[in-house]
Amino acid sequence: MDRIFAAIFTPEFLFSVIRVSTPLILGSMAALICNRGGMLHIAFEGVMLSAAFFGMLASAVTQNIILGLLGAVAGGLLISMLLGYFNLVLNSDRTLTGIALNTFASAGTVFALYLLVQDKGTSSSLPSLVVPNIDIPILKDIPVLGTVLSGHNALTYAAFLTVFITYIIIFRTPLGLRIRTVGENPNAAASVGINVMKIRFITLAISAVIASLGGAYMSMGYLSWFSRDMIAGRGFMAIAAQNLGAALPLPSFLASLAFGAVTALANVLQTLNMPSEIIQSLPYVATLIGLGFFGYAAQKSGRKRTKAILDKARAAEGEKS
Amino acid sequence: MNTKNIEKRFQVLRTLLAIGIAMIVAFIIICFISEEPLETIRSFLIGPLESKRKIGNIITNLTPMLFVGTGVCLIFSANQTNMAVEGGFFVGAMLATVAATCLHLPTGIHTVVCLIAGGLAGAAACAIPAFLFVKFNAKPVVSSIMVNNMCLYVGLFVINHLVRDPAAGFMASFRFDETAKIGEMISGTGVHYGILIGIAVLIAGYFYLNKSKAGYEIRTVGRNVDFARYSGINVNRVITKAQLIGGFLAGLGGAVEVLGMYNRFQYQALTNHGFDGIMIGIMAAYNPKLLPLAGLFLAYIRVGADSMQRSSDVPVELANIMISVIVIMIVAERFLYKMKHKRIVAAAQKELEGKAEA
Repeated sequence: MDRIFAAIFTPEFLFSVIRVSTPLILGSMAALICNRGGMLHIAFEGVMLSAAFFGMLASAVTQNIILGLLGAVAGGLLISMLLGYFNLVLNSDRTLTGIALNTFASAGTVFALYLLVQDKGTSSSLPSLVVPNIDIPILKDIPVLGTVLSGHNALTYAAFLTVFITYIIIFRTPLGLRIRTVGENPNAAASVGINVMKIRFITLAISAVIASLGGAYMSMGYLSWFSRDMIAGRGFMAIAAQNLGAALPLPSFLASLAFGAVTALANVLQTLNMPSEIIQSLPYVATLIGLGFFGYAAQKSGRKRTKAILDKARAAEGEKS
Repeated sequence: MNTKNIEKRFQVLRTLLAIGIAMIVAFIIICFISEEPLETIRSFLIGPLESKRKIGNIITNLTPMLFVGTGVCLIFSANQTNMAVEGGFFVGAMLATVAATCLHLPTGIHTVVCLIAGGLAGAAACAIPAFLFVKFNAKPVVSSIMVNNMCLYVGLFVINHLVRDPAAGFMASFRFDETAKIGEMISGTGVHYGILIGIAVLIAGYFYLNKSKAGYEIRTVGRNVDFARYSGINVNRVITKAQLIGGFLAGLGGAVEVLGMYNRFQYQALTNHGFDGIMIGIMAAYNPKLLPLAGLFLAYIRVGADSMQRSSDVPVELANIMISVIVIMIVAERFLYKMKHKRIVAAAQKELEGKAEA
């Protein structure tokens, strides 16, 4: 037990929590935007994987980090727009299309990787770039805080910023209002002249850009190469975090950090030869309990509302007679 | 010709067209990257039939799909997007492993006990999203994905801490007892008796879903849940039942797969058999009658892609690209919609004219 605590209560551990949380934070913000727009889908896995691959590829070809990130965004948008086209234009089931697109992205990236480097495992032989780490000037000299918060990848800071930006977009702009309106009631939105189809595509596009940064982080930050299926369920985890955070930016962010903490803890336990599997399953169990709890709360408030309406009607009837 | 017939016909047409387009896409890709495209296409198309071993591979590929696919037909017919069959397959394989290594029973009985254990584990996995939906109205799309990941880690925990063989040299369980294993049916091909169980499950699934009262209830709930409720069907019970049986079949598939194909449990990640089952379920329009065709198709192009990879430079992932393209097009409702619509209108007009003349 002492060994565990000794390993956890260190600034390095907190640093690693932030490190593994980064793709989850970005992913959960992307899922949040989709959820608010009534477009929650399960293809984030594919979006992030495609972004990771194209980011690696573009940075290796152009030797330019900005172009690499743009490549990642293009890769993510590709999957997301395919989903949008089939779901919105051709009226297909979003979940089933999502399953197929995840398979498509997984197989397609391995396929392309093999053609590029004759290796189905990793792209380590390609000279792809890594987004640089940033030391924050004054902060880095503060003892503990500096170790935890400074020296992260630039995309990690972008992830923190994204939480704020997501809040602004969704709750403080006209576009966000439209997205939420379309998400809550597309017919009502259409009746006041909102182009539902356009808003939904915009929702998908914004979320794809954010998720793509998460994917890019995996191949251009977390690791310095692309490896097959490297997203490894993080897209699903992001959806879970967003669910646990009730589709609100700050709680979703905290849920992502919690998921990251558990993953980091599992990594530590593994090096100490402790059973890490149960710890690793905890985020999912927590999400399941959360889902049940939210459902229960919604049912209860629904019942309360019905009862209030009934009581009111009865009272009105009583007055009449 | 009535509307229903036209709808059915267009569904078949759409599926065939989707397969055709995926084939063309595959051929174009092959032409671009292969140095001898014709030879490559030949080994892709005919390769799987070239040797007894490869035909055997098709059947061993098909075996788990039959179980999971039938389960998916049941679950998705009730309009529940429960993907926990993936996790159900994994824990099914896991619990069957535990039963196959820890228990010591006579031949035959041991296998049956392992299979039932696997099935029950699968049912338990699928029961969680069902319970959350029925009790708390939580959509199974998200909850079932959580269940999948939970199953992975719970399964790995049990394998790594209960039945791990330290002498294996890699992360794997102890060897299965010989009494528990499912024997090889045709020697030298890997085909085991599991395929017979799979066929039995498929036929039973067909009769249950398409010919029994319980199956009719499941399909009614899936088509129109309000109608089902008003006609006195206990919707929650039907939904739960469909998912329990579906999960049981997925778990059974996991058990059959490990006991028939391997000597130890050696999965370290989710196996994707559940999503394969969902893919062929979609292709078969959740009808067990069409399931063997869809399964054979997927198994065939898997083995074809494998034989292609051995003889040329085209990676085996081409099969998965094709299958995802097919599924994407099949679930796209509006694909060929205009043509279908025109046909239905024309048929209705003809009928009206016929009535007017009479």
